[in-house]
Amino acid sequence: MPKPVISIQDTHKSYRIGEKPTLWQRLIGKKDPRRTLEVLKGVNLDVSPGETVVLIGSSGSGKSTLLRCINKLEVIDSGRILVNEHLVGYRDKGGELVDESARETARKRTDIGMVFQHFNLFMNKTALENVMAPLLHVKKLSRAEARAKAEPALAMVGLQDRMENYPSRLSGGQKQRVAIARALAMEPNVMLFDEPTSALDPELVGEVLAVIKKIAASGTTMMIVTHEMQFAREIADRIVVMDGGLIVEQGPPEDVFVNPRHSKTRALLRRSGILDIPETEVLGVVGEVGE
Amino acid sequence: MEFIENVFGVIPSLIKAIPVVAQLAIGAMVLALVLGLLLALARLSKNRLLRGIAIFYVEIIRGTPLLVQLVYIYFVLPVFGIQLDPIAAGIIGLGLNYAAYLSEVYRTSILAIDSGQTEAALSLGYTPTKALWRIVIPQSFTIALGPIGNYFIAMVKDTALTSVIAVSEILKTANVLNAQTFQTTEIYTAAALVYLALSLPLSRLVIVLEKKARSRA
Repeated sequence: MPKPVISIQDTHKSYRIGEKPTLWQRLIGKKDPRRTLEVLKGVNLDVSPGETVVLIGSSGSGKSTLLRCINKLEVIDSGRILVNEHLVGYRDKGGELVDESARETARKRTDIGMVFQHFNLFMNKTALENVMAPLLHVKKLSRAEARAKAEPALAMVGLQDRMENYPSRLSGGQKQRVAIARALAMEPNVMLFDEPTSALDPELVGEVLAVIKKIAASGTTMMIVTHEMQFAREIADRIVVMDGGLIVEQGPPEDVFVNPRHSKTRALLRRSGILDIPETEVLGVVGEVGE
Repeated sequence: MEFIENVFGVIPSLIKAIPVVAQLAIGAMVLALVLGLLLALARLSKNRLLRGIAIFYVEIIRGTPLLVQLVYIYFVLPVFGIQLDPIAAGIIGLGLNYAAYLSEVYRTSILAIDSGQTEAALSLGYTPTKALWRIVIPQSFTIALGPIGNYFIAMVKDTALTSVIAVSEILKTANVLNAQTFQTTEIYTAAALVYLALSLPLSRLVIVLEKKARSRA
C-alpha cells in the first residue's frame, strides 16, 4: 500500500453560534452564551495517490467543512489531518495541536490546490493575471517564467482566447475554468473541489466537469464535493457519503449508486433521481445496515 | 459692471496664493493617505492594544474641530518647545485630521472585499499578510477612490482654515487686500470664485478616475 496523500484521522470540528461575550461580561464571570454545533464528529478517511474521491451528502452533512479543514481554511477541534504526511497549519506538541507559523502553513498550501463554489477570481486582474499572480507573489517566478506557465494552464482549460478578459467579462463556466487553471499552474499534488458547479447555470456545468475529468485522467489526487450525481458516478474511484458529520457509507460508485446500503444514502440518491426504487422495496431486499 | 471688473481685478493677486494651497492640500493628503491606511490596519488588527490606539485617535480627532486642532498645533505646541512654520503646521494639522476620516474609508472598503478573495489567496499559498497587501488592499482602493477624491476636494477648501495660523493662502491674501482697499464684496466674491474654480475640475477628475477604476473590475 502506498502512503495516503491525504489522511484524515478522527477529526472533530464544531462552530460556536451566537454573540461572543463582551470583555465586561467575561469580567463579571458570565458564562459563554454561544451554542456549539458539531459539524464533524470524528471523521476518518485516507486518500491514495492518484485517487479521485467524491464526497456526497445533503447540505449540512459536513462535506464542505471537511474539505476546508484539509488546507486549514477551517480550524479543527481535535484529530489529525495529514497531507503528504504533514500536518497543515499545526504542530504536534506532545499530542496537542498548536498553530504553526503562517509562513509554514502557506508553503504547505502551495501543494494543495483548491477550487471554490463561487470561483473567487481576483476581480481586479485579467484571466492571465489571475493565473500569474500566485506564480509571481508566492513562487517568486519572473514575469516571463510565470507567463510561460500560465498560458499553457489557460490553454488546458480551453481559454487561450480569453486571457486578457477581466472576470466581469467572463461567463460563470469560464470563471471557474480560470480558477482551475490558477490552481493547477501552482502544480499542486492534491486538488480540492468545493461544489465547483453549484453556482453555475445548468448549460455551463458541462464545460467545467469536462475540465475536471481531464485533470482526474492526468492522475492528480482529488477530493470533490458535489451534488452532480451523474458526474460523481463517472469520475469517482470512490464515493464517500456523509451525513450528520460522519461518513456513513463509502465504496466504488457502482456499489454505492447501484446497491446503497445506508438509508441516508438511499434517501439522498432518491432525491437526486438516481435511485428510482421506492423505499419499501429497497428495505425489503437489502435491509438496514449500520444504523 | 464696474463690480465685475473689480472682482476680476482682484483675482490675479489671489491666484498667486494657489501654489500655497496646492502645497498644503497635496502635502496633507499624502500624510493622511499613509497615516489613514496605518490606522485602518491597526483598527482591523487582532492586537487589542493597536485597535484601542486607533479607535482612541479617530475619536479624539473627530470629536474636536479642525480649526481648534490647527490653532493647537501652531499656538500651543510652541509652549512645549515644538515650533512649526505656518505651512508645516497647516500640513500636519490637515493631514492628522483627514487621516482619521480616511482610515474609516479604508476600513470599510477593506471590509467590503469578499472574504472569498482572501480564501482563494490563502489556498494558493499566500500568507495572510501577503494576501492583504497583494490581493485585498489593491481591490479596496477601487472602492475607496471616490470617497478619497471627495475628501481631497473638501481638504482643498479646508485649507482656508489655515488663514488663522498665518498661512498666506487664498483667504489670508483676501483678508490682507481687504484691509488695504475695503473692497470687501469684490474681494471675497473673487476668493469664492477661485475656490470654485479649483474644486469644480477636481470633482470632474474624481468622477473620471472612478469610472476608469470601475471599468476594470
